[in-house]
Amino acid sequence: MPLSPIKPTEEPPVAPPRSVRMPLDPLLTLAVLGLAACSIVTLGAATRNLIPGQPGYYVNRQLIYLIVGIIAMVILSRIDYARLRQLKNGIYALLLLSILAVLGLGHAARGSQRAINLPFFSFQASELGKVLLTVAIAAFVVDRARRLRDRDTTVRVMIAALVPAMFVIAQPDLGSGMVYMVVAFTMLFVAGTAWRHLASLLALVAVSLTFILVAAPAVGVHVLKPYQVARLTAFLHPSSNPETEGYQQQESKIAIGSGQKFGRGANSSQTRLNFVPEDHTDFVFAAVGEQYGFVGAAIVLALYALLIWRTLGVLVMSKDLFGSLIAAGIAAMLMFQVFVNVGMTIGIMPITGVTLPLMSYGGSSVITTLLAVGLLQSIYVQARASASLKGRVLRY
Amino acid sequence: MSTLERARPSEPHMPVSPQLAMRVAVLGAIAMALFAVILFRLWFLQVLTGEQYVLQANANHERDLPIAAPRGEILDRAGQPLVSSRTTNAVQIIPSALPGEGAPRRALYRRLGRLLGLSAGGIQALVEHGQTTLRYAPVTIKTDAGPEVLTVLAERQNEYPGVVQQPVSIRSYRYGEMAAQVLGYVGQVSKAELKMRAFAGVQQGTVVGQEGLEYYYDRYLRGKAGVERVEVNAAGYPVKSRLAPTVPQAGHSLRVTLDLGLQKASEQALLQGMEHARASGRPANAGAFLAMDPRTGQILSLGSWPSFDPNKFAKPLTKGQFERLQGNSIEGGPLTDRAVNGTYPTGSTFKPITAMGALESGVLDPGAGLGAGSCISVSTQQFCNAGHADYGAVSLVDALRVSSDTYFFEVGELANSHGNVIQRKAEELGIGHKTGIDLPSEITGIVPDSRWRAKQNAVELQCEHRTHRASCGIVGEIRPWSVGDNMHLAVGQGDLVTSPLQMAVAYSTLANAYMNSGEGTVVTPHLGLEVDDSAGGLVQALSPPPARHVHLNYSDLSLVMEGIHNAASMQGGTSFDVWQGWDQGQHPVYGKTGTAQREPKEDQSWYMCYVGDPRRPIVIAVTVEQGGWGAETAAPIARLIASKWFGKPSKFVVGSSKTL
Repeated sequence: MPLSPIKPTEEPPVAPPRSVRMPLDPLLTLAVLGLAACSIVTLGAATRNLIPGQPGYYVNRQLIYLIVGIIAMVILSRIDYARLRQLKNGIYALLLLSILAVLGLGHAARGSQRAINLPFFSFQASELGKVLLTVAIAAFVVDRARRLRDRDTTVRVMIAALVPAMFVIAQPDLGSGMVYMVVAFTMLFVAGTAWRHLASLLALVAVSLTFILVAAPAVGVHVLKPYQVARLTAFLHPSSNPETEGYQQQESKIAIGSGQKFGRGANSSQTRLNFVPEDHTDFVFAAVGEQYGFVGAAIVLALYALLIWRTLGVLVMSKDLFGSLIAAGIAAMLMFQVFVNVGMTIGIMPITGVTLPLMSYGGSSVITTLLAVGLLQSIYVQARASASLKGRVLRY
Repeated sequence: MSTLERARPSEPHMPVSPQLAMRVAVLGAIAMALFAVILFRLWFLQVLTGEQYVLQANANHERDLPIAAPRGEILDRAGQPLVSSRTTNAVQIIPSALPGEGAPRRALYRRLGRLLGLSAGGIQALVEHGQTTLRYAPVTIKTDAGPEVLTVLAERQNEYPGVVQQPVSIRSYRYGEMAAQVLGYVGQVSKAELKMRAFAGVQQGTVVGQEGLEYYYDRYLRGKAGVERVEVNAAGYPVKSRLAPTVPQAGHSLRVTLDLGLQKASEQALLQGMEHARASGRPANAGAFLAMDPRTGQILSLGSWPSFDPNKFAKPLTKGQFERLQGNSIEGGPLTDRAVNGTYPTGSTFKPITAMGALESGVLDPGAGLGAGSCISVSTQQFCNAGHADYGAVSLVDALRVSSDTYFFEVGELANSHGNVIQRKAEELGIGHKTGIDLPSEITGIVPDSRWRAKQNAVELQCEHRTHRASCGIVGEIRPWSVGDNMHLAVGQGDLVTSPLQMAVAYSTLANAYMNSGEGTVVTPHLGLEVDDSAGGLVQALSPPPARHVHLNYSDLSLVMEGIHNAASMQGGTSFDVWQGWDQGQHPVYGKTGTAQREPKEDQSWYMCYVGDPRRPIVIAVTVEQGGWGAETAAPIARLIASKWFGKPSKFVVGSSKTL
């Protein structure tokens, strides 16, 4: 009979220093979990009748996307984002390739090719592209940190964003294309590009918008598809064609308005009976407004405010410019998407197909946003670590 | 632990440049501004103007659909149902649930059309029409589709998206063409009707009476529709509702004065008489009968031929079908109730009225012998008896028995110099005025006199001036009233226009005055007897008061009644042979034949009679267009009706009298 194995001595595990066990940014995490909970609760009521006999179809999937995204966020927070700087060319190439792949073999979904259909998941490259572009552009800007005031830098950075943006707009996904441009612009702004350049860029946007919407159609060139133009201009005169472009926005306004102070709860006919199209994706805020009223909408907006405030906090505390720029890009992405999406549902912005981060149903959008938050967490963790450990790089 | 805690840096290590701080502050300010804009807008939408959006949201998903109330039955005087409502399954289309416009929808219409035996275009037209009249409500495509079709639809629902079956209540006219013009028919309330006071409170899409009693008593029969508040989703599909419906109130039932047995027998008698006339070479293509209680005006049977089946109106009729029913001639088609709306001269059935007028005004001495010879001449005109018969100079009683035209021509000539004595009596007895019957329409009629003639002349002249035509056809020629006009009127010809109903009222007045030693009432003929609720309780008894009371000189009246009694019961009487074998002692018949000349058509056969009985007297009017002599066609029909009423063996005896 063999002797019983020697018992390993019960060594008390050496507790790593508290600062090394650095958790995630608590408020940032709170904002993310809060929004995830809001998304599940809202979608639960809004999608119950969407697929007859499967009341939990959308909620279950959204829950899976959120869990996958949060796991990805935690993993990403444990990786030093600074390493991504070396991979900038690869990341940019991946961005272009994935977008082109969608254009090439993407399937047509509602008149657009925005996704690659995987067996379990329909992958929207333009969503992931928001994070990829943020990292790549941040790296480009850091590389030219000493020549930030050169016009050359501004032009190159904007072109680097414009190329994928044009491909994405061609899919056509106007909303994501606009996010790319706003992200790049904001990074230049935060990095310290001359006011002069920024002003010229804004002027250029104004001129090209005039050209695309007014001048070009007048001579018969349609840069945007007719439905895009119609959506973009519908919010300016909502009653002119309430049956088509204006319809969505009109129904969305009715939904939100009818929520009044405290919401209609189970009586939310606009979203329960599908009067608001896409009330689980782009128009999810209409479902929030109708079901939970001004109070519910204000809570969701407060969570976004917290998320953006913490993003700006991470921007400021970052150990290096690269991290700050990534945070700036993500802040721009969140601000733009929240404002454009909510503005669209309450009738003060055009319909552009921008999702509401974390709230809208959809794996690509949810996971992309959580990856972005993961980057923020990584920046936060690295900043804390470098401060407490005097530059030692943490490994986990 | 505490040392580590203290070791934590409180602020990031990277020194923040003033430029970065400023730009981040700008970014933060922009974010704050954007949130402020959104919150302000939300406050405006949800708190300041929220109520308005609640209304809009409710209007979006709540639809009030009427639940049709079961329509009340129409019963005969003994309570036997004549018209009832029956529940059947209707094939309906929910427009919003149909497949998309274009090919898929057309294919569905074709499939459904093959199944139901309808054309795809017809279904489309029905759906489009239904949507314009009542949005959101299902459109009925076919009622009574039959069990096989309904089984197919139920089993293969996926092949027929948007097609459902729904129990609906439809009107059932048990006896088809019997009394169709009297009972009327029903249909969906029209846009024009909705504006009428009679249909106040009726919702669009409700089935209401469109003709006859169904129309006249609609407010009792239709009941009160219930309301079902359904919830629909954005696609227009109804979803399970949590709102309780308002229960519809069933309509009241209407008991009418018609006697089902007599009505059936009368219809049969009319058909038999017309068939006999056709067998003797007369066109006899239309006719009417009416039997009435002379004391009260209760109509015991009333019919008109050609007739129609009101059940056909349960399904939408095509324009062509409806026009055929309406008829294009002046006489009208099957929809025309000839007993009430027929516009006829009466021939000799008018003679008792002439006699009463002339007697009571002292124009005529009943004992004096008049009308000798086969013709009498006035200025250049000849007025002759039918077949140039010569009855010699006869007294009034005999003149009525043999129906001497020359006698009454002379009466007309005599009366003309005394003014409108015939006209006044005719109008007093009920000719030339609406009788007030409880049906949607009846004619007024014309009792011509010199005033009427002058007015017609003026209208004709005005029309000729206005239209620059040689003649408007209102009068044949512009000429003043002449003695000839009065002579024609005296025998029920000329410009006289009346209906079997008005004649029945006039004979009823004579009959009830005769029963009451000269104190008569001009009854208001009516069909409604009482309105009962659905449980059978009396809601309202219907007995319209008589139009007026008249006092007739009893001895004059007795002479006239004797004359027309002899006509039906004495050798040489115009309808004597028709009533052969009738027990005149038990049920004395006071009857007058008439043969109205209506060139270029064949003569119209008339018979008017009153059959006495202490408990159930009856006045019968029968007319057959282009039916020939009165004794030949109309009188035998009247006898059949009387036989049924008094429970005598029915005997069709054709009279041989050839008098006008």
